[in-house]
Amino acid sequence: MASLFEYAPAPESRSVVDIAPSYGLFIDGEFTDAADGKVFKTVSPSSEEVLAEVAQAGAADVDRAVKAARKAFEKWSALPGSERAKYLFRIARIIQERSRELAVLETLDNGKPIKETRDADLPLVAAHFFYYAGWADKLDHAGYGANPRPLGVAGQVIPWNFPLLMLAWKIAPALATGNTVVLKPAETTPLSALFFADICRQAGLPKGVVNIVPGYGDAGAELVAHPDVNKVAFTGSTAVGKAIARQVAGSGKKVTLELGGKGANIVFDDAPIDQAVEGIVGGIFFNQGQVCCAGSRLLVQESIHDELLDSLKRRLSTLRLGDPLDKNTDIGAINSAEQLARITALAETGEAEGAERWSPACELPSAGYWFAPTLFTNVTQAHTVARDEIFGPVLSVLTFRTPDEAVAKANNSQYGLSAGIWTEKGSRILAVANKLRAGVVWANTFNKFDPTSPFGGYKESGFGREGGRHGLEAYLDV
Amino acid sequence: MSESSTRLNVFKTYKLYVGGKFPRSESGRVYEVTDPKGKWLANAPLSSRKDARDAVVAARKAFGGWSGATAYNRGQVLYRVAEMLEGRREQFVREVAEAEGLSKSKAGAVVDAAIDRWVWYAGWTDKIGQVVGGANPVAGPFFNLSTPEPTGVVAVVAPQESSFLGLVSVIAPVIATGNTAVVIASEKAPLPALSLGEVLATSDLPGGVVNILSGKASEMGPHLAAHMDVNAIDLAGADAALAQELEIAAADNLKRVLRPQPVDDWAADPGTRRMTAFLETKTVWHPTGSLGASGSSY
Repeated sequence: MASLFEYAPAPESRSVVDIAPSYGLFIDGEFTDAADGKVFKTVSPSSEEVLAEVAQAGAADVDRAVKAARKAFEKWSALPGSERAKYLFRIARIIQERSRELAVLETLDNGKPIKETRDADLPLVAAHFFYYAGWADKLDHAGYGANPRPLGVAGQVIPWNFPLLMLAWKIAPALATGNTVVLKPAETTPLSALFFADICRQAGLPKGVVNIVPGYGDAGAELVAHPDVNKVAFTGSTAVGKAIARQVAGSGKKVTLELGGKGANIVFDDAPIDQAVEGIVGGIFFNQGQVCCAGSRLLVQESIHDELLDSLKRRLSTLRLGDPLDKNTDIGAINSAEQLARITALAETGEAEGAERWSPACELPSAGYWFAPTLFTNVTQAHTVARDEIFGPVLSVLTFRTPDEAVAKANNSQYGLSAGIWTEKGSRILAVANKLRAGVVWANTFNKFDPTSPFGGYKESGFGREGGRHGLEAYLDV
Repeated sequence: MSESSTRLNVFKTYKLYVGGKFPRSESGRVYEVTDPKGKWLANAPLSSRKDARDAVVAARKAFGGWSGATAYNRGQVLYRVAEMLEGRREQFVREVAEAEGLSKSKAGAVVDAAIDRWVWYAGWTDKIGQVVGGANPVAGPFFNLSTPEPTGVVAVVAPQESSFLGLVSVIAPVIATGNTAVVIASEKAPLPALSLGEVLATSDLPGGVVNILSGKASEMGPHLAAHMDVNAIDLAGADAALAQELEIAAADNLKRVLRPQPVDDWAADPGTRRMTAFLETKTVWHPTGSLGASGSSY
């Protein structure tokens, strides 16, 4: 079979991006070294090649960044909304102009396929800035009363799975509403945030309005704990989210948390099978499954289980895993050795607990961090692979007989971020959606994102919403 | 350099903007446009009833594509208009100064405000639905959602005094939401409007979304107000008598009518009224199926 599907390599050119050997922190409009001179290396997960050396923020650097943001806040928040809007529109346009460069950069630093960075991440990043730019002078119309005020300095900590998109989700609404920001990108993916700093420079953004402090968890913790931070926004694991919730208790800081998930993708017997299979594949293998809202639990109605699994396995056999810069690649690299180890361990637990493991024949590259698309069948609700967020290309398949059972199983999770429903019957979609305890429900589609559409979780998937009119609330004193 | 002091200017032939093209009036008529002191500026097309009808055909043809474009796409196009205007700022400052008898600095402020107005409405395209639409909690097992939709082809009698900021302030809200427009420019100061057509033509705005006619509102207005394929009319630039006449004519197919409002300062925050005047509200019902432990039917 495989030979029928051989493709010639079609790599996207790296020449569109110029990565410097080293990068500083971006504080008060300048790139600077860390106070203690520490640096760390960022590598390309698909080859383990060192891409650059990046200054590593510590407590003193975070403090300096917060002070710069505080200093910039007075003027920035006093600007007419229409002027703030124009800065954000400029940023949106420059991102559009530089989108191919940023897409290649993101693919190099993150390991995800170029077709995703080019067709999903970057268009959404630009659109997010464009959308929130428009809000900057319309806050009176947003439903929070007249002249809603910003909070002050926002401390933002983002993950590595969508580095630039998560930056956009954090920075665009914060600036539109008149806040200034200190953002810490993830230690494995700092580069696109530093390129964004250069975009701020091109846009003429006043210094100190955006500060970027690459570093590890300790820098994030310093930022969250800093007494002069008024707002904490975190996207990442539920465990860290809980630690942040404890840390900010009693401080008066406003908090939004976008955490883990174990999304149920529910397929009823009347679903169009081919369309559902595409949705299931996109739901769990998009970005190698390193997506908080991934449809990592497939709940399939018993009567179509065998038929659906046959189709699904056939489809998985055609997925192309390999060089993320190749335009035909479907599955890229896992972001880090650490993440690969976590996925590997959880998959081994799945086998040990008795679930049945299956992967298509799939050759993994010798260098870099790779994990083949994996299915677990004969999974019960008690299995670890049905309960824990794996954050990798691993799908657990469970079955149900009635809609009530599907809802009960879907809701049987500490998480409540996303869910999918596949059926031709509209009333069933809406009835099931009503019963699901999840912040985003996709019907006959999956993993759809738009700047106008609020995103966020129920239960231990966090609180607060990003995107849409609702996303403004997190950055307003309302 | 000595040559430049004796060089003769090339005058521009001002033309209409209809269906993305720049025709002269089919009637072959023009009228003399002067500055407020009476100095000749140009001969502008004196549009006819036929020109107006052609413009409605063009606007109707463009409606499907424009109203069907994503709000994001429309926002980008409106923002592109602002970008293009910024690049031709000097031209418009000169034209507005001549048209309205303003100093360079006052005309500059007017043009800046007009550019910013495009930016304001560029940001509204994907927000107006979130502000005026929403889910309705009906007392029954139904999903129920109200969404604003553009009403269709809108005839616009542009303000007479504010030949450019006023003009932009009435066109942008009409098209931001997906309507298409047939605009009668200020009769005595049509030149900035006709030049705006040249900007719109190079801003990714599909042809026919905005159509600009120069001439007499009293001549074309009654035909547009009575036109059965026009869905709404903005009477911003009509005097009281003409506004009443047009409103009566508009009743034949129950056009949505935005009556002239006194505007002291076109630079003031425009709010949302000019958009909502040309929006329909569509409410969609869908059963959700009954819920519950016994006899689940979903």
